[in-house]
Amino acid sequence: MQINNEFKPKIVAFCCNWCSYAGADLAGTNRLNYPADVKIIRVPCSCRVNPMFILRAFQRGADGVIICGCHPGDCHYTSGNYYARRRITLLFSMLDYLGIERERTRLEWVSAAEGAKFSATMNEFAETIIKLGENKRLEDLRCKAE
Amino acid sequence: MQGRMIEMAKKLLGDGTVNRVIGWKKGEFAYDITPAVFENAEEIDADFVYDDFCGHNLSKYLIKESKKDGKMLVFLKPCDTYSFNQLIKEHRINRENVYIVGIPCEGKASAETIKEKGISGITGISSDGDNFKVNTIYGDETVAKSDVLEERCTVCKSKKHVVYDELIGEDGEVNENSSRFDMVAKLENMTADERYAFWRNELSKCIRCNACRNVCPACSCENCVFDNPNSGVSNKAAVTSFEENMFHIIRAFHVAGRCTDCGECSRVCPQNIPLHLLNRKFIKDINELYGDYQAGEESEGRTPLTTYTKEDCEPSIVNERGCK
Repeated sequence: MQINNEFKPKIVAFCCNWCSYAGADLAGTNRLNYPADVKIIRVPCSCRVNPMFILRAFQRGADGVIICGCHPGDCHYTSGNYYARRRITLLFSMLDYLGIERERTRLEWVSAAEGAKFSATMNEFAETIIKLGENKRLEDLRCKAE
Repeated sequence: MQGRMIEMAKKLLGDGTVNRVIGWKKGEFAYDITPAVFENAEEIDADFVYDDFCGHNLSKYLIKESKKDGKMLVFLKPCDTYSFNQLIKEHRINRENVYIVGIPCEGKASAETIKEKGISGITGISSDGDNFKVNTIYGDETVAKSDVLEERCTVCKSKKHVVYDELIGEDGEVNENSSRFDMVAKLENMTADERYAFWRNELSKCIRCNACRNVCPACSCENCVFDNPNSGVSNKAAVTSFEENMFHIIRAFHVAGRCTDCGECSRVCPQNIPLHLLNRKFIKDINELYGDYQAGEESEGRTPLTTYTKEDCEPSIVNERGCK
């Protein structure tokens, strides 16, 4: 979407309820800035993120998708993020293989105490997406009608 | 080979070891052979056929057939036995109800490639060393095997039967030097724009006939995600480039770690999309990142995506190593 010729990226962040979502909360209570274009979706665990969710986010207009979960070893469900790590690695690799910019997707481990990391990651990711520009390769024009 | 198979099928039907046989049946033309179930010796005499066009992987049919009463005789080629083993691992086949006869395979011919070579009126095919002898209504033609084999057979990964009750002929060896990842590596070495163009060109041909899904032994879900009316993508042609991409990414992802690389998807694709290249990319990644793994080699244990180690690489490896 372009307003005043300035590209405002839409970023979808899947945050695990136990670590990253609390980390985002901490960033907020600490008054740390992160771009307002980051839309957080709370999921019970990073391994709840179905590859379809990521593709759907792109379809519905996201320019970047980031997944945040507990650090390996800290999963509330013991091992969820280990499974997620393998799955997400393979999916990102496949998107890269299909020629979709690999910088558009990212996975970051953010704990509940890392409000500063959350805000820094989101700022950095938003900058990357602004550089890349609009998502064209995985867009669905029907979802961009307005 | 066909004679020995018929003999064996009749013997096992006769002594009551099995009550039906799944094999291949003549179609309208010599090359459009179809999988079929035979229940008695007369049916076998009339229609049973096994030649170099019999590429179909019969393991998929056993998901339903093995749940019926009585034992079934099935003829499996080496690559089909991998699919069978993988299905056993996933508890999709009732092993007690299946009697497997392993048959050797020297590679199957692609009727389409033969026809593209200008050979028409095909009435039969036989193997002769490095060549196929194709009988046509205009006389016999000889073509080099390397020219007309199915893609998966030119890079055959194994001639070894990983599961069987009985064998006809000699068991083969795993081909360690298969060059099946060459094309994947070639794509990886292209630039992102070239890869995007390549896949757009291929995937835009998709007519969503679902043949790849229906024939795939790994696609054994009773309710497929693409049949869900709420998904917006069920039973209809892809409308946008996004839907084309999504169907193939998700389908390949759902069989990642379970795909034995039997190559049926590419064989049945009416649009000749090289779908095996998507599956092989996952296999190659799994081999490189999580250690060598061949789905179907074992009938027990976990697949790479249902297990983990604490030392696994981070997804950022895609940025570091990734494609060019």
